[in-house]
Amino acid sequence: MFGLFVAVDGISFRVSRGECFGILGPNGAGKTSTIRMIYGFSPLTAGSLKVFGLEIEKELRRIKTRIGVCQQENSLDTELTVLQNLEIFASYFDIEPSPARRRAEDLLRFIALEQRRDAPVLELSGGLMRRLMLARALINDPQLLILDEPTTGLDPQSRHQIWNRLEELRSGGLTILLTTHYMEEASRLCDRLIIMDHGRILVEGSPADLIRKYAGRDVVEVSEPTDELRSFIASQGLPHDDLGHRLIVYCEDRDRLYKEVSSRYCREGCIMRMATLEDVFLKLTGRELRE
Amino acid sequence: MIDKRLFGISRRFLHVWKRNLTVYRKNWKISFLPPILEPLFYLLAFGVGLSALVGSIQYRGSEISYIAFIAPALISINIMYNAFFETTYSSFVRMYYQKTFDAMMATPLFIGEVITGEIVWGATKSMIATLIMLGVISLFGLIDYPAGLVIIPLSFLGGLAFGAIGMYFTSIVSHIDIFNLPIFLFITPMFLFSGTFFPLETLPAWAQQISYVLPLTHLVSLVRALSFGVIEPSLALHVLYLVVFTLVFSPWSLVKMQKRLIK
Repeated sequence: MFGLFVAVDGISFRVSRGECFGILGPNGAGKTSTIRMIYGFSPLTAGSLKVFGLEIEKELRRIKTRIGVCQQENSLDTELTVLQNLEIFASYFDIEPSPARRRAEDLLRFIALEQRRDAPVLELSGGLMRRLMLARALINDPQLLILDEPTTGLDPQSRHQIWNRLEELRSGGLTILLTTHYMEEASRLCDRLIIMDHGRILVEGSPADLIRKYAGRDVVEVSEPTDELRSFIASQGLPHDDLGHRLIVYCEDRDRLYKEVSSRYCREGCIMRMATLEDVFLKLTGRELRE
Repeated sequence: MIDKRLFGISRRFLHVWKRNLTVYRKNWKISFLPPILEPLFYLLAFGVGLSALVGSIQYRGSEISYIAFIAPALISINIMYNAFFETTYSSFVRMYYQKTFDAMMATPLFIGEVITGEIVWGATKSMIATLIMLGVISLFGLIDYPAGLVIIPLSFLGGLAFGAIGMYFTSIVSHIDIFNLPIFLFITPMFLFSGTFFPLETLPAWAQQISYVLPLTHLVSLVRALSFGVIEPSLALHVLYLVVFTLVFSPWSLVKMQKRLIK
């Protein structure tokens, strides 16, 4: 059964039903533009885009009825209360008032905001607003949930709250498409992901596969590396990134390497850790600043 | 490129209209005050103050009091203000600061429906204000009924016209402060030179011709005629002007708004 199929401007990917799919990339990589095409905000320049097996150009209204979108920028209705935000939004989907009320109340319980149902939106903290944005995106009981940087700018507590909710939705079988800057978020939530840059897809795969393929198993990181260390690493033929003040070595047997490096080449500032998605990301998209 | 869906407007635009009504009802006590107080202030200032200087005015061959002359103009100006300020400042805040339109477009609503809902809401506000003002002014015996009842649907048409051009400005201004420009160059001259506070005939011929290009002139002519119980074929031309004005600026504002919002 179809979830989502995108083939536009050299970007092509497929999301199966029930999958959580991530789009990662630096600022300006084209994440939001891609996502906007999927909910019909931006016109399709060329190519083909199908949601639930339906052509986006021909059946946008039907598609929009069945998706939920949580945009990057907060777009809650500040002139309305928490509950009204959900009820009015439900009306845009042609949901009748009484089922809309029931659905809104269920969702407020889901995001633990039922105590604040009559509060004006402006009184909510950033984290609560984000949770309400998520609830609002679920008002039509969507079959595909699109999240554009759902936790950007949130404190760790709020972020974990959102993650818990998203994990719950995912295990309930909801198809999720999300963009993010947080590698931890992508590793935790995504079954598969793509990393894009300059409007192109660099790699595609599951977080674990990508880490294994592009960063290996383990990493030894040394701050203020000496030239002796550099030549040692080169002689061993190990893949590494030399950042000047910091040397990152990717390896399969961290214990042996760490022992050798820490005893012979540095007294402090040497750590060993597991390779992460962030290593993959920086390796593929580079370390220079964007924008 | 114009999206073919832009003009495929379904009744869903009413959802947008209803959203605005919900907000309006929360603040109705404040929203009701201006249309009650404004005519009272004006009638007091002009009726008591200025009337003594002006005396009476010739209208359609008979002598009328100055406040009877300006009362229909006050209604017309209110129709203009309510719709125009709704689709300029208020719509701009929703579009630019609150991202309300962006949120709406992620639902089954299309942009044409969002903008149509906004313009129709502006016209509705004009009509609500007109209802209240008519009530107040009627207490002074300044409206002839039943002809005066026609002012109610007319206020909706006038609201559509001014709401549409307001939305057009909203689609092109880069910043909210720039609304000062259409207000200075378009709204204020209309407020003064559309046969509102003195008869058009007192202006030089060239100025009269200019004022006939302005929509408020036609609205004032209509409301004034109806207030004096006059319903005659020549009024159809004024109605036609307002209809054409609406039919030009509504789709134009839709096209411009699509260009602005869709990136």
